[in-house]
Amino acid sequence: MTTDTHSKTIFGFWVFLMSDCLLFASFFATYFVLHQGTVTLFSLPFAFTQSVVFLISSFAAGFFGDKHKTLALLGFMFVLGALFLSMMGYEFAQLVQAGTSWQTSGAWSAFFTLLSMVGLHAAVGLLWIVVLMLQICFRGITPSTSRRLACLKLFWQFLNIVWVFIFSFVYLLGAQYG
Amino acid sequence: MDKQSTYSHWIGLFFSLALIIGAYIVVIRQWLSGYILIAAIIALALGQALVQLFCFMHLHQEHKPRWNLMTFLFMGLVLLMIVIGSLWIMENINYHMSPS
Repeated sequence: MTTDTHSKTIFGFWVFLMSDCLLFASFFATYFVLHQGTVTLFSLPFAFTQSVVFLISSFAAGFFGDKHKTLALLGFMFVLGALFLSMMGYEFAQLVQAGTSWQTSGAWSAFFTLLSMVGLHAAVGLLWIVVLMLQICFRGITPSTSRRLACLKLFWQFLNIVWVFIFSFVYLLGAQYG
Repeated sequence: MDKQSTYSHWIGLFFSLALIIGAYIVVIRQWLSGYILIAAIIALALGQALVQLFCFMHLHQEHKPRWNLMTFLFMGLVLLMIVIGSLWIMENINYHMSPS
């Protein structure tokens, strides 16, 4: 019965992730329809560092084990995830200082919406990590916490795949072409 | 956490890093240009997505009837329709609208 609930929850969460991916695809398509010309404001080394930070954070999600190891890994994921999110905030501040904003043009509007959608997901993921750390602290690894860990792992790794596409297309190609 | 799964995670990290550094260097050093660059970046991004799906998320270790894979493939189909369809239609409208 518990294994059945477990696999059903994981599958349900997977279906949610798939529909979430379509949400990102819509914002992605909007951005690519609206933008034109080369964007010179992006700092590629900065975005690259951001990608590597998030990659390592999602890599750490694959090693959950006993209570202490899991808590340590969740803490590690939280630190790197918070670094990723604050790098995104720093970049937004830089872009606003350079004279762009949500209201500048359709392309920048789509850019900020796409990026802050990732930021919103990352922020929810960070909150989830904190709540899960507290639950594991008090209850240990139980069937319900291990189910939540499995969902968190999928969520975090899925968000990293979305970020890979944003880094490749919005940053790398956007800085190069337009 | 069994040994094989740990092993595949490290393989996944290695290939993900290699692909992302590759994409970055190709753009920074300006080795490629035009459509070849776009094709290369698309290939590297897709490669990394596949590496992470298999090595991190273990999509291939599922038992039949493979519902996760089925929903993933259906999502991929809808995703391609949204992205390619939007770009194609809007490009076409742009072509018919612009006076040049």
